[in-house]
Amino acid sequence: METVTITMKNPPALYLEADNVSPDAFAGKTAAQIAELHVHEGNVTSTLGKYFDVSGNAGATAVDTKIIVKGDVKKVKYLGFKMSAGELVVEGSTDLYAGAWMTGGKMLVKGNAEGFAATAMKGGELVIEGNAGNYLGAAYRGDWRGMSGGKILVKGNAGSDIGMYMLGGEIIVNGNVDVHVCTHAEGGKVIIKGNAKSKVGGQMVDGTIYVFGSIDTMMPGFKPAGEIELEVDGVKAKFAHYIGDMGERHKKKKGQIVYANLYKKI
Amino acid sequence: MSEYIIKNGNVFDPVQGIKGDKADVAIKDGKIVDKVGSGAKVIDAKGKTVMAGAVEIHAHIAGPKINMGRIYRPEDKLFTCTPTKGLERMGGGASIPTTFKTGYEYAKMGYTTAMEAAMPPLFSRHVHEEIRDTPIIDEGAYPVFGNNWFVMEYLKNKEIENTAAYIAWLIRVTKGFAVKVVNPGGTEAWAWGLNCLSVNDPVPYFDITPAEIITGLIEANEYLGLPHSLHIHPNNLGNPGCYETTLDTLKLAEGYKAKNKFGREQVMHLTHTQFHSYGGTNWGDFESKAKEVMDYVNKNKNITIDTGNVTLDETTTMTADGPFEHHLSGLNHLKWANIDVELETGSGVVPYIYSPNISVCAIQWAIGLEIALLAKDPMRCYITTDHPNAGPFTRYPRVIKWLMSAKAREAQVNAFKHKDKVLSQTSIGTLDREISLYELAQMTRAGPAKSLGLASMCGGLKPGMDADVAVYNFNPDKPVANPDDIEKAFSRCAHVFKSGVEVVTNGEIVSNGHKRTLWVNVKVKDNPQVMRDINEKFLKYYSMTQANYEALGHHFVPNPYTLEVDAT
Repeated sequence: METVTITMKNPPALYLEADNVSPDAFAGKTAAQIAELHVHEGNVTSTLGKYFDVSGNAGATAVDTKIIVKGDVKKVKYLGFKMSAGELVVEGSTDLYAGAWMTGGKMLVKGNAEGFAATAMKGGELVIEGNAGNYLGAAYRGDWRGMSGGKILVKGNAGSDIGMYMLGGEIIVNGNVDVHVCTHAEGGKVIIKGNAKSKVGGQMVDGTIYVFGSIDTMMPGFKPAGEIELEVDGVKAKFAHYIGDMGERHKKKKGQIVYANLYKKI
Repeated sequence: MSEYIIKNGNVFDPVQGIKGDKADVAIKDGKIVDKVGSGAKVIDAKGKTVMAGAVEIHAHIAGPKINMGRIYRPEDKLFTCTPTKGLERMGGGASIPTTFKTGYEYAKMGYTTAMEAAMPPLFSRHVHEEIRDTPIIDEGAYPVFGNNWFVMEYLKNKEIENTAAYIAWLIRVTKGFAVKVVNPGGTEAWAWGLNCLSVNDPVPYFDITPAEIITGLIEANEYLGLPHSLHIHPNNLGNPGCYETTLDTLKLAEGYKAKNKFGREQVMHLTHTQFHSYGGTNWGDFESKAKEVMDYVNKNKNITIDTGNVTLDETTTMTADGPFEHHLSGLNHLKWANIDVELETGSGVVPYIYSPNISVCAIQWAIGLEIALLAKDPMRCYITTDHPNAGPFTRYPRVIKWLMSAKAREAQVNAFKHKDKVLSQTSIGTLDREISLYELAQMTRAGPAKSLGLASMCGGLKPGMDADVAVYNFNPDKPVANPDDIEKAFSRCAHVFKSGVEVVTNGEIVSNGHKRTLWVNVKVKDNPQVMRDINEKFLKYYSMTQANYEALGHHFVPNPYTLEVDAT
């Protein structure tokens, strides 16, 4: 695997849209060619090389390409946009849409990621060592097709509206989350190791949420369904089981109505 | 103005009966002329196809429901935005493009005139603001009448003259073009929690049937002698078995003859016929009844239709048929928006994905093509996608490919997941007809222009007509190696002229032209009763005053083209 390192040398005054920073876009290119890829700062289109030092050549394909992003990229959006393979490591924190529409490969953000990380993710793995913003693994604005595959791990906290319209895949948050979890979801799995606030599973049709800590306010559309012993992410514990959202339509499978499941650790 | 001569092209012009002859087309002062001076700019069209600019008879491209779609579907613009480029302003959207993109895309495909198919009268100002912001193409808009309180009250008492006077007033103040009817009575019935699924279902409170609304409006339309006929979206759209309602609707036109000075021969235009040609009793035994509907249409010369071809795309459905959209959102569980337009109409909007993996969608695709392929008179059957309902208008080149190439249709049938079902529920597998370029010119130019009463102005290349000309990179003398070449050729014109101005060169916009708003000014005898009724309704029911209702002046209609009608 070949490694390309891009280092912020000339931070943008406005937010930078770097939708070409992915193993797919870099694949088969030399450092000089990578520096020529476009970026947008406001309504001005320029090159990656204007903002970043680029060193190292990419591999022949995305699979053989690893990208390391160094320096302050807190104002850089779309890192890992639509990546399908390879690796991307962001050493600091980054702005909106990290790993958005990714379909494969591995992305690691060592700091925090802002909102809309892994929007409509279909596959691959995204690890955020710090905190994630709002709309993690959610659908794009207006869309009804959220995260459908892959895995997200947030070691810190996450914001609100995570897993909105989620269809599949898995989100694990080691810390706490803000309001609205899995709103409108029709599949997938979300594990919250810390606490949740409210509107957990609102209008959820299908899918599963596990909460290890507290939930400030339960949704009235969730109904108790007993207690159950489960092993979740390597932890064995007893959970209170709820099904819902009773106010939504639900599919039938083998004559049985399929509800979304909410498990809260006791 | 400049002079042009388009030399040595293969010309297809049903107006003059030219079927691919090598001929020159001369343009001077915005018109087609017999000859031009030696200083005229020469356009070499050797090995290319030359037709009049195409005429769109039915599309939803301006107004509040399109904007509702744009507002609540930001995802439609995801990855579809085009930045500012040369003369083009930025645009975006796939199924509900911005106004600017709408104008550019039509022009690049060789369309020079387009009709907005459903203008809520109350929002005519909004419609005209969007028409104004849609560059290049001439546009008109059809105000909707089928659920209008005035119309229902007058027609309940068979007051044709009063209905006509009201129509004349409304078309004048809204700067409208024709009389549109959507689910007659049904949208109003829905405000009472009901619908009208047959032509005999009474409308609550008003105690009138869709059949009475339809025949009354045909009579009023012919009393006035409007350029276009009644333009109808019948009851019971989109339901299995709906073809019977469609035939009942078409039969209502029997015995009526067109009365107008514009050369129009039909008294009823049935729109998006595909959505109205369904058999079966449920989605399981859903089948095509295109043959039954087309047998009737072929025999009755006082009817014209458009197809409403499904293009197998993700799109945004929108119609003044509010109850249908509510029904649709219950089927696909996607987001639903509804607008009520006081006293006049309503509408709904729902996204829809015509998936080739769903048998119903594939059958709908086949029905749309069957309708065009079964049409015996291409001058009475026009190609539309009911944009954006069955697909975006930007897919016309693909529909043309399917119509012109049996091989392309076969390839698509083979790609369907439920191929056998498509073949058993429709006749698409047995139709080997391939639409010729001459027939295409009839179905997209001369035909719709005639139906709209614009035959003397557009849709042809006869000297004296507006110089709307499209030159395609398509050599009719060469066999088509790959059907995709047809789609490519009709996607981007080599040259397009609008009223004598070259607006597209090599698929790029080179001028924003002189876009016009087409509207009809009908003069009727003074009718104090109708004027008093209008005044009273505004005082009693409307939430706006009459003074704020009219779309007038430079702001709304900056470059009008008025068709004058005298019905006094």
